[in-house]
Order: sequence, then structure tokens, then C-alpha cells
Amino acid sequence: MIQVRELTKLYGKKQVVENVSVDIQRGQITSFIGPNGAGKSTLLSMVSRLLDADTGEVLIDSTNTKKLKSNEFSKRVSILKQSNFMNVRLTIRELVSFGRFPYSKGRLNEEDEKMVDQAIDYMDLKELENSYMDELSGGQRQRAFIAMVIAQDTDYVLLDEPLNNLDMKHSVQIMKILRRLVDELGKTVIIVLHDINFASVYSDRIVALKNGRVVKDGPTEEIIQSAALKEIYDMDIPIQQMDNCRICVYFNS
Amino acid sequence: MKKRYLIPALIILSVISLFVGVSSISIIDLLDFQSEETQIFLISRLPRLVAILLAGAGMSMAGLIMQQLSRNKFVSPTTAGTLDATRLGILVSMLLFANASMLEKMTVAFAFALAGTFLFMQILDRIKFKDAIFIPLVGLMFGNILSSITTFFAYKADVIQNMSAWLQGDFSMIMKGSYELLYISIPVFIIAYIYANRFTVAGMGEDFSKNLGLKYRSVVNIGLVLVALITATVVLTVGMIPFLGLIIPNIVSIFKGDHLQKTLPHTAMLGAIFLLACDILGRVLIYPYEISISLMVGVIGSFIFLFLLFRRKAYA
Repeated sequence: MIQVRELTKLYGKKQVVENVSVDIQRGQITSFIGPNGAGKSTLLSMVSRLLDADTGEVLIDSTNTKKLKSNEFSKRVSILKQSNFMNVRLTIRELVSFGRFPYSKGRLNEEDEKMVDQAIDYMDLKELENSYMDELSGGQRQRAFIAMVIAQDTDYVLLDEPLNNLDMKHSVQIMKILRRLVDELGKTVIIVLHDINFASVYSDRIVALKNGRVVKDGPTEEIIQSAALKEIYDMDIPIQQMDNCRICVYFNS
Repeated sequence: MKKRYLIPALIILSVISLFVGVSSISIIDLLDFQSEETQIFLISRLPRLVAILLAGAGMSMAGLIMQQLSRNKFVSPTTAGTLDATRLGILVSMLLFANASMLEKMTVAFAFALAGTFLFMQILDRIKFKDAIFIPLVGLMFGNILSSITTFFAYKADVIQNMSAWLQGDFSMIMKGSYELLYISIPVFIIAYIYANRFTVAGMGEDFSKNLGLKYRSVVNIGLVLVALITATVVLTVGMIPFLGLIIPNIVSIFKGDHLQKTLPHTAMLGAIFLLACDILGRVLIYPYEISISLMVGVIGSFIFLFLLFRRKAYA
């Protein structure tokens, strides 16, 4: 379990994240949603130690993250940021191999190679493994990054808007993969999402932020309610039940 | 771009280099250890070859590390002010210590090269507009500012003539006793190879590095120290060799990608081959005179650079 305790982050005098406390359960997908500038990405960056919090602390399975060495931390928590702008010419296999960096520092042993193979197979990238990243489509590239995270073999996988710049087909593909990571491999996924319908259909829990504060936190079906969404987004959003999915029809509200 | 082509090319060019020159030397002459030919061979030809190989490999490697750490294919000691900072350092050492020893000059030049490169990386951090072409332009401007400071003080101190010797890379002055500083690049090369994987990870950005548990800042700093060391030794012994650190890593990257552990040896070898070829050409073209290496590399290199610029649109 990840326990976020009274985290605060200031940019100048502006509080971007204000006294946030959240518990994130193991073996679930937890989505962070909220309007632009709500502090979702900042919160995720602090949990993953990319940013230092001004006050507050984060506990991972009851250990304060500050007490973990960066190498140890990277074996337990991985993070993918929104725009993995790849200027570097690496093949998929080379990139995925770097997922083993915390364990092997680049000198891969047999077990590392096995993990890399598994990750590539799991993401269905075997045929592409020797293609360069800059020759791939956005969806393939995102899959390669997720394969790297699988090779990194962390309990917690954090993703900052992984669906950015992806078309519908690839967005669905990525979300299904994340669902499988949780259901099949027992990972814990925390994800920042813009599209509330993806959050509604795929996540177990939703944490809604607004102006740096948590305004809603609970199981998906409690948050995907017109009243709750009104509070988060200041919009009247009708909700339609379709099969098992609750879809927010926000386009003309 | 395979090793089985690079290594024979390197050997053949090395042999040619040893036997091209004003005084003709044949292998038979070398059998007599006392002969004048053998002396020329040992005092001039061999040091020259070693200097070319080390400088070529070193500068390309420095360029590769810089490109990786700055995440920009057009950054190199030439386009980031490192060369100019080194030259300023040499001037300062000349002004401060009247008869500076090689080691004193080296220390000051290294300090300036490091400070200059570091400053450029700081500027880079602050630039929001990270266009691939814009950043080396900033670097060139930065280098020119440093260069004009150097020229100003060199003019004041009446050492312009002396300084311009460092403006032009030149292997014709390399002799036994004047190039040994270049051997510093051998341990640098080994360290760079050990750090190759870390440089590759760092090249994918700070967030990416932190995710993999890499101490980003210290890896970048080590890289900059290596770059400054190589640049300082090369400029002090040979002079400025423009473009080398820019084009060689780019050519290798096109064929072999950016996994440094795989590309470092190729980059070093291709750099040595390219510099060797330019040097031989410069010695043969207006025989028995010589065209300086920086001119040769500058002319050939700028054409390749232009080619890379246009090509970039196709594959970026």
C-alpha cells in the first residue's frame, strides 16, 4: 500500500498540491482525475520521487520513501512520464533491457535476459524488438515503454497520462494492458487520466483533485456520479449505464 | 560500419601515414636502428600517428558523450563553446605563469574547458525552446563570446600570434616529447566505456534516469569532466580540430543507434580513421607542403555536417 501523508508542493508562492493525504491499495488501478492544473501530475511526481515534496511524506508498504536508496526505490516503484520524447536511437530490445538497470547496471545476466524476453512477449513486441524507437508509431512506442516497466518488475507502476497523443484504438489497447498487469501479474497501477470515461471503465478507485486538494476519493462507482462530477469539474454531466460501463456524456453539457 | 571493416581501414591508413612524408622512409631503412630514417620515424612519424589516433578517437568520443548528455545531436565541443573555453584557459595560463609548463597549462585549460561546458549545460537547462538547431546556435554564440574575450586579452598582452597557433590544429609540429599529454585520453576512454550504460540512460532525460535509480546529476558531471579532459589535452597538444566531435558520432548513430556501450568503440575508431584520412590527404595534396588538419577537417566536415542537416529532416 502507498500512503500519502499531508503532501504539499509550492511553486513560488502558489500551492500546487495542498495537504494531500491518500491511501492507494495494492492490486488495483487507481486513477487520478481532475481539471487542468489540479496538481495530478505533481502529486504523481512526488510519490515517485521525481519531485521533492515541501512538506509531508509518502510511505510504501510502511517504509518512508525518503529512507530508500534510489536503486532500491527503483526496484519497487516505476514511473512513466507523459511525453517520453525520444531523441535517442535505441531498439525496443535495448530500451526494455534498460528496465533491468536497477538490478544489473547494464550487464545483463541470464535471468535479466529472461525477464526482458518475457516483457517483450507480454507486450507482443517480439517481431519489432530490433526496430528503432524513432521508427515506431505512438502506440508501439508506448507499449515498448510499458514493456520496459514490466522488465523493471516493480510492484507499483505509475503512469502520467499514458494515453496522450494516442488514437482510440491504441488508447484502449494500453488500458487493457494495464488492466492485465493488475489482474494477471498482481501489479498496482496508479495512473493520471484526462478522459474520465477511461477512468470510469478501467479503474477500481478514483482520486479526484481540484486546485491541489483531494475533493473525492473512493471506488469508481461512487465517483462516477453526476453530483460528484459536478463538484470536481463544475459541469452537469449525465451518466449513461451501458452494459457494465458507466459512461459520462459530457460533450454537450 | 562493422568492426571488420573499420579495423583493416585503420591499420592500412596507419601504415600509409607512417610512410608518407618529405623524407622517404622504407621498411628496409628501419632495419638499421642507427640510420637517420629510423630516427625520423621514431621522433616524428610514429608520434604523429599516435597523436592523430588519440586525438581523433578522443574528440569523437567527447562529442558522443556531449550529444548524449545534452540530448541534442548537434552539440559537440565545437558547437558548445568547449573549444573556445579551453583556448581562453590557455591564454590565462600564459598570462599568469610566464613560462607555464605543459602541466600547468593543462590544469588551467582543463578548468576552463570544464567551466565553459558546465556553463553551457546550465544555459541549456534554462532554455525553454529546445529546438534541435537552436541549441547549437546558442552554443556557437557562447563560444564566440568566449573567443572574443580571448582575442581581446591576447591583443592587449601582445600574444595574438602565439594564440593563433592554438586556433589551427596542426600535426606537423608533433614530435617526440610534445604529444605525450594525449595519453591521458586512454584512461578517459576506459572510464567512458565503464560509464557507457549510465550515459545512455542519462541521455533519455532526468525523469527517465531517476525512474531507473540512476544518480543523474553525478553521471552528467562525470561526463562533462571527461569531455573537458579530452578537449583540453587535444587543444594543448594539437590545436582545435573542429567538427570532428560533431559528425563522427552522428554518422555512427545513423548506422548503429545510440546504445553507447555498442557505439563507443565504433565512434572512437571512425574518428581516428577520419582524422587519419584527412591528415594523409592534407600531406599529399600540396606535397611537399602541408594543409593544416583543422582546415582539412573543417572543409570536409562542414560538407558532411550540411548533409546531416538536410538528412535529418528525412529521418527525425
